[in-house]
Amino acid sequence: MAQQARELTSPISAQQLKKLQRDSRRESLGRAWFKFSRNPLSIVGGVTVLIVVLLAIFAPYVTPYPEHATKPFTDFPNASMPPSREYIFGTDEIGRDVFSRTIFGLRFSLTMGLVVLALVVPTGVLLGLIAGYNQGTRTDTFIMRITDIFLAVPPLILALAIASVLEPNLFHSMIAVSLMWWPWYTRLVYGLSSALRNEYFVSSAEVIGASTPHILLREILPNCLSPVFTKMSLDMGWVIIIGASLSFVGLGVQPPKPGLGTMVASGAKYLPDQWWISLFPALAIVVLVLGFNLLGDGLRDLFAAEEV
Amino acid sequence: MNTLTFLFRRFFHSIFVLLGLSIVIFVIARVMPGDPARVAVGARAEDWVVENLREQMHLNDSLPVQYGYWLYDALQGEFGISLVTRRGVAEDIKVFFPASLELALLALVITAGLGIGLGTLSARHKDKLVDNIVRVISYMGVVTPSFVFAILFLLLFGYLLNWLPTLGRLSEGVTRPPTVTGFMTIDTLLAGDLVAFVDSIRHLILPALALAMGSMAQEARITRASMSENLTKDYIAHGRALGVPERSVTGRFLLKPSLIATISIMGLDFAGGLSNAFLVELIFVWPGLSRYGMNAILRKDLNAISAVILVLGVVFVVVNILVDLIVSKLDPRIGLRSARSD
Repeated sequence: MAQQARELTSPISAQQLKKLQRDSRRESLGRAWFKFSRNPLSIVGGVTVLIVVLLAIFAPYVTPYPEHATKPFTDFPNASMPPSREYIFGTDEIGRDVFSRTIFGLRFSLTMGLVVLALVVPTGVLLGLIAGYNQGTRTDTFIMRITDIFLAVPPLILALAIASVLEPNLFHSMIAVSLMWWPWYTRLVYGLSSALRNEYFVSSAEVIGASTPHILLREILPNCLSPVFTKMSLDMGWVIIIGASLSFVGLGVQPPKPGLGTMVASGAKYLPDQWWISLFPALAIVVLVLGFNLLGDGLRDLFAAEEV
Repeated sequence: MNTLTFLFRRFFHSIFVLLGLSIVIFVIARVMPGDPARVAVGARAEDWVVENLREQMHLNDSLPVQYGYWLYDALQGEFGISLVTRRGVAEDIKVFFPASLELALLALVITAGLGIGLGTLSARHKDKLVDNIVRVISYMGVVTPSFVFAILFLLLFGYLLNWLPTLGRLSEGVTRPPTVTGFMTIDTLLAGDLVAFVDSIRHLILPALALAMGSMAQEARITRASMSENLTKDYIAHGRALGVPERSVTGRFLLKPSLIATISIMGLDFAGGLSNAFLVELIFVWPGLSRYGMNAILRKDLNAISAVILVLGVVFVVVNILVDLIVSKLDPRIGLRSARSD
């Protein structure tokens, strides 16, 4: 019966259909790239992110003194030197090259962002899908009330509290930030999916007896993806800021590891005389976040996703 | 829905949220490894002392019962003894909270004034030089963490230009006024000490500015966006066609509806600002709640941590209700019902 129906309704073969779909996807990708590349700021953002990621990956090869960042290292004769040709960002209070450490510090910040998003996005999106699809039921109330509680407190505060009861290190700060971050995705996807559940393609899927996972993941989810991706790109910046803030107060990356926030904090003791120790890692955070935000704004314009 | 019903419903909703928050805090405080009773009396105390204290602190009861006791005490403002200061947490908060609030309130004034001002300027000169400058400034404001601003301002205005003091609430040698409200600016005025008043204002400016930059930038962007959207609306053209002076058009017809989004976000930012104060107060050696909380966190002083987070949660909830009220006054169409979070 279903076979017959398909033959009746589609005059083209399945193979042709696939090819058509592929072509249209390629065309819309091309169009998206064209639109994206018209905006110089998005390109600046994209290039910044690319450079930062490459620097972080190849940190051992691009930095002049990788051992200053990776090994316990002291060089007291060269301690607290202002920026010079040899040490372009100067050296810190025990003689380590601030430039090398800053470049290695990018690794921690990027890892932080990636791991947190990898934990948070699937969880938050799934809960949002379930709550939105079951809008008005007890499941919805249960999930969204919990979400409300987490949203009721600024994320930094609870992240600080959670990180504070755990042993301070990078991994635990990631856990703390992740615990605070999923509700934003739940809220975002909830709004989208509770609107989508009334669409005809969802009702059709229900009528032909599709399973709930199929409806959630194959029918509703694909229509929520562009705002989610846009939010992810913008959130990279925020997560990096929060991660750096946690490191700054001593709850993230632990010295002697070169976390950007950690370096700012340990350099803050030597302000204002040895300003370079904390200023350059601080500026590195700004560049990193700026890159991701410009990129995210470009993506937002692209998808015209106003909800994010 | 009238205002009273609205307040009542919001109040109920808030109680629910705060109860949830208190459970989260309680769970955090209890999953912490280590015995609170042992921590309270020190490592060298006899075992029977610890055991007695455990009994007294209800630590031998089941978790829900413990939560009941904890909540009962918390409702009476009794959070136990701080391990750091060895005083009651509630007294500590009374000392430190006004300092943070003073900072956050000045930051809010700066945010509102500069943010809305810059946003209006930007919208009025859309796509001109002024607009572009404001947009770059606000972009940088959004992407820069507050502690980076704190360091930049400290270096630039505190040391390089040497315009303003950077440490604490009063300079050395200035007599501290008797504590009445805890707000240094008000206390100095009450004491009639103008020198100290000016000094306390000067100490406030840099930390407040560092705290305000992020939300100010956000406000400027939002005000600009909603203003330039409203500028295209028919009623503006209508007003101009009737010969209403441009000042009234932008000042009254345009600004009021455009501020709705700005004020909604400002409420969130105010509470967020209190948490960013954690970082700013650290740099400016500001004796506020955040520094207190920070020390508590670093020393795992759970009584103090729970109290600080609960206080901030209450502030957040109250501010959000206030914001909904203000927004509904600005735009009668919104009504009080839709201002709810869902």
